[in-house]
Amino acid sequence: MTSEIIIQAIVTGLMMGLIYALIAAGLSLIFGLMEIVNFAHGEHLMLSMFSSFWLWSLFGLDPLFSIPITILLLAFCGIITHYFLIRYILKAKMLIQICATFGLSIFIRSIAQLLWTPDFRNVDKPLLEGRIEIGSVFIGQPQLYASLVCLVAFFGLYWFVTKTETGLALQATAQDRHAAEILGIPSNKMFAIGWAIGLGCVGVAGGMMANYFFIFTDVGINFALFAFVAVALGGFGSIIGCLYAGIIIGLVESLGGLLIDPSFKLLYVFAIYLLVVIYKPQGLFGRY
Amino acid sequence: MKILTVENLSKSFGGIHANRDISFDVEEGSILGVIGPNGAGKSTLFDLITGFTKPDTGKVRFFDKNIFGISPDKISNLGVGRTFQKLKPFADQTLLENVMIGAFVKEKDIKRARDRALEIIDFVDLIEKRHHFAKELSTGQRKRLEMARAMAIDPKLLLMDEVTGGVDQKTIPGLVELVKKLKKTGVTIITIEHNINIIMEISDNVLALDQGKRIAFGEPKEIQNNKLVIDAYLGTFDAA
Amino acid sequence: MDSRLEFAKSEPIWNTNNRVFSIIAGLIILLFALPLFGMNSFYLHLFIMIFMHAVMAQSWNVIAGFSGQISLGHGAFFGIGAYATSFFYMEYGITPWISIFFGMFVSAIFAVLIGIPMLRLSGHYFAIATLLIGISFQVVFQRWDLVGAASGLWVTMTPEDSWFALQFHSSKVPYYYVFLVFFLITFFLVWLLSRSKLGYRLRAVRDDPQAALSLCINVSNYKIIAYVISAMIMAPMGSLFAQYILIIDPDRVFNIEISIIVLLITVLGGIGNVWGPIIGASILVPISEYSRIYLGGTGGAVDLIFYGLILMIICIFRPNGLISFIPKDILERKKQR
Repeated sequence: MTSEIIIQAIVTGLMMGLIYALIAAGLSLIFGLMEIVNFAHGEHLMLSMFSSFWLWSLFGLDPLFSIPITILLLAFCGIITHYFLIRYILKAKMLIQICATFGLSIFIRSIAQLLWTPDFRNVDKPLLEGRIEIGSVFIGQPQLYASLVCLVAFFGLYWFVTKTETGLALQATAQDRHAAEILGIPSNKMFAIGWAIGLGCVGVAGGMMANYFFIFTDVGINFALFAFVAVALGGFGSIIGCLYAGIIIGLVESLGGLLIDPSFKLLYVFAIYLLVVIYKPQGLFGRY
Repeated sequence: MKILTVENLSKSFGGIHANRDISFDVEEGSILGVIGPNGAGKSTLFDLITGFTKPDTGKVRFFDKNIFGISPDKISNLGVGRTFQKLKPFADQTLLENVMIGAFVKEKDIKRARDRALEIIDFVDLIEKRHHFAKELSTGQRKRLEMARAMAIDPKLLLMDEVTGGVDQKTIPGLVELVKKLKKTGVTIITIEHNINIIMEISDNVLALDQGKRIAFGEPKEIQNNKLVIDAYLGTFDAA
Repeated sequence: MDSRLEFAKSEPIWNTNNRVFSIIAGLIILLFALPLFGMNSFYLHLFIMIFMHAVMAQSWNVIAGFSGQISLGHGAFFGIGAYATSFFYMEYGITPWISIFFGMFVSAIFAVLIGIPMLRLSGHYFAIATLLIGISFQVVFQRWDLVGAASGLWVTMTPEDSWFALQFHSSKVPYYYVFLVFFLITFFLVWLLSRSKLGYRLRAVRDDPQAALSLCINVSNYKIIAYVISAMIMAPMGSLFAQYILIIDPDRVFNIEISIIVLLITVLGGIGNVWGPIIGASILVPISEYSRIYLGGTGGAVDLIFYGLILMIICIFRPNGLISFIPKDILERKKQR
């Protein structure tokens, strides 16, 4: 095995990791805000990829240009999710909260299967195509740009949450929603914003991945699993922790696949999760 | 006979000392009142003694047994009961079921556990409410529920966190009477209390904490005249 | 001693409502008698599936409803049970009647192995861990050549009906009775459990672990006990299901859908209640089977659409499940003011 192959795996893992990080950040934001894990996160990702696909297939809009539309659609989807489901279960037991978002995930996935069949689709000849060669390492252009856009979006999110007034209001609500309400921050509105932003992140990731990833109704499952893992590694509710965790997962996945056996990629990531939650249940990077 | 001996008990959270070198002891059959302003470390002290929080350093002995740092279920099994400041009833279960869960410690048989639970519920004067769900009870009644539940394990030492906190004025005398009645059964009691008059009335000894440290320990009279206590606590309370 | 206490002590511990008991007894007799009236094989299948799913849901109810831990990977134990009987019958000719217990035993071991580290974790961590573990089982079995990898095990068919091999080709009636008996035994045992000291203590762990600790209850141990019991209820259903369909593969017996459906049935019927799984299974299984008939293969996802929708509606409007429509005093305790 040559060092080029290993570098190749590291680059691939890094690029995937940045995407995982952004998806996980959306999940983490929502969790930090209201202690609800969105078990439909993968289905939301699937929706964003399909949004990108249909905009291309029906209107000939390249995924690169339809990104803003996809983000808006997903943000809207987040608000709807909050309005029709989440706000009713805010005070429910954790079990009911898990079941509710789990129900949402089944619902979205099976509707998608009914409407679009479980076929695999992909976007033909997107603007972002081909690969660049550095030394003997190949970097797919769509992959590269997807990960860079995700990284930018990630820091955009981080800036938004830590620097803007709305972001600080979100943090205040996350820490103590009653205290925040007394200060005049309406928690219900904050929750809706949180969902909109959280799924907006997924919109960015899904829209960019539509350039090169197969699009099918079960596509979100693995991404959601990795996002759960990332959120747990990064410390539930921590956003910056998701970045490190996402990268770790991406690297473990690609290096594990290269060095041991590619068919057990999932298991390596799961093993990391199990080890971390057992030995460091607060996450590798603490909260905030 | 000393039922509980605490020596130099300390605990810090991320560099902040919640409890610092606290020492005191409790005579069997007596009532120790614990006072101190908010954040003085009273509830932390309870958590350290009952094992809910792992202490950093120090010694805790229950009779002759070292109970420093062992798990809460083992400590309660030795005969240390407790109630919680933030009440923790089993909300979806009836009062009787709540107390039965405690009673199972002493009685394996379900009928006998039930009868024992009923006797204790009668003791705390809630027999009419036995089939009510815990979530349907008033705060005062839930305080009695917690006391009954803790008594059901037949503790030799009972730690009660704010018996009269958060209940209205009319309910307080009944709860105080109950504590006195409880003492007569021979159980040793440590109680956290904000109401200084009640502490002076029921306690045999008083432990005063401020900012995680012991500032006084002795009979109620001494405490009342202790300058540190007056500065830290009584002064502010008289004003309030 | 005062009379109110005496009166309270004279009350029965459980409100034994004779009418409910006679209804249940009548239903059991009816269930035993049903095949005698010549049910067609679709109805037999429907009832078999109801029994099976009710038991599977009851298994989940024990861990989630009684002890409050949400497992999202319960299909793992179903699959272990299925593989245990099929594998040992095919390799060594061991009768499924014995390997059912072997499946239970292996499931129990896994429950302990998973439970010891995982059940110390709270809520979401445990739920996600079990979800991952459930999928890991599927991934491993898909690639495990000894047990047929992705193509699974095709159980050697006996030429005739055989109680030894637990295979019946001419009629579904024997399967019906086997499933019915397991169903009744399981529900009876869980009913006993819910009324036992252990049942009380598990509910204490569920409602407030800290308070439970203050009452001498070793919370972690009790969670593990519940998890083991739950796994041991699940495994035999996998075994019987394998005998029923005789072809098992990882995508069928380790499918995440199994973990979903048990949760769904329980939540729909009423979580934490012994009777919830029966109600849930009696409603959901027919929906699933009928939609499979009328909508056919391509519409296979239609029942899942219903499932998802029902689950959300229940969570919003009836978090205690359909059983909460039945007045409590009919079922269990009478409330006296």
